[in-house]
Amino acid sequence: MISPTSLSPIKTHRWNPYLVGALIGVLSILTFSLADKPIGISTGIAQAAGACAVPVMGAEGVAANTYWAKKAVPAWDYGSLFVVGSFLGALISSLMSRSFKVETVPTVWRDRFGPSVAKRLTAAFLGGVVIIFGARLADGCTSGHGISGSLQLAVSSWTFFLVMFASGIATAFVIFRRRRA
Amino acid sequence: MHTAFAFITGPGLLWAGLLFGIIFGMLLHRGGVTDYHVIVNQFLFRDFTVLKVMLTAIVVGGVGIFILHGHQLANFHIKSATMLAVVLGALLFGIGMVIYGYCPGTGIAAIGTGKLDALAGFFGMIAGAGAYAVSYDWIAANILPVADLGKKRLPQLFGGPEWVWYAGLALMALVVFTLVNRFHRHPIGCCTQG
Repeated sequence: MISPTSLSPIKTHRWNPYLVGALIGVLSILTFSLADKPIGISTGIAQAAGACAVPVMGAEGVAANTYWAKKAVPAWDYGSLFVVGSFLGALISSLMSRSFKVETVPTVWRDRFGPSVAKRLTAAFLGGVVIIFGARLADGCTSGHGISGSLQLAVSSWTFFLVMFASGIATAFVIFRRRRA
Repeated sequence: MHTAFAFITGPGLLWAGLLFGIIFGMLLHRGGVTDYHVIVNQFLFRDFTVLKVMLTAIVVGGVGIFILHGHQLANFHIKSATMLAVVLGALLFGIGMVIYGYCPGTGIAAIGTGKLDALAGFFGMIAGAGAYAVSYDWIAANILPVADLGKKRLPQLFGGPEWVWYAGLALMALVVFTLVNRFHRHPIGCCTQG
């Protein structure tokens, strides 16, 4: 599975997916036992949204919002710094493996929808709106439900996992049906 | 409940969040799941990297935390099974994931690898989370209470000994891995593997 072009694991961009999965499992064990926290991302993004809403709604407006006051307080804490860390970790990893590359329109998208940058960025923006609204409604994303919740055998998380995959499969087949073989 | 190994508390939690996040971001990148093609091809059954990473993480982390929990060394953190909200949310999430091409975590990580569409989606996520916060009072009154089963785990809902559930989970993962490794079609786009 590991690319034969380099024997150094640091410079090899792709690692075996089972190895990566096992290491994420070990990371979960560490976050649960050492910090009493599960891995999760989307609450941190909701906290960031609260910070971004301050110039729009005013600090009082944000503080008066039930969700930002109780569920996703816009502040630097374990969860919001975990999101910052995830960005930094991928940046460091892609620089170390020399796979950092500025790219706007992925090949699969271009083959199906053409090379328009505006079209891809608009779709990504709208996809981002929909995915986070779904994640907040379900109270978790692929990390918080998909990994952390599923590994605790949570009813909510397995429901999320199965329905999310079914919805993604249906959407992918509708959108990319007329693909080139 | 305070557990014996949970020595990271107070301000130390900030550093722990950053450090654990860095490791998580590195692993997402090394796993290949920060790549739009890997995510989309998973939903087209042409690349099973996402499923392999997730199921292995669930089995390894699940068994580990089950054992730690049995020795009072880890707490469970279960999210409420507010079934209507979870199902509606998951439906939206699947649609958004294919159009965005990333999930919230892999999207954040993909920005770090230079993907500008992931950054556009991040601004979308900020807007979407804002929309959710603004509509939260209505949702909390009308959607969240519908079919709320509480913070339930599968063994509580369906019965059966805990270890059987974990053994079943590991067995299911092995069956899935065996099946997907036989059933291999070429991914669309470029340069994907696994």
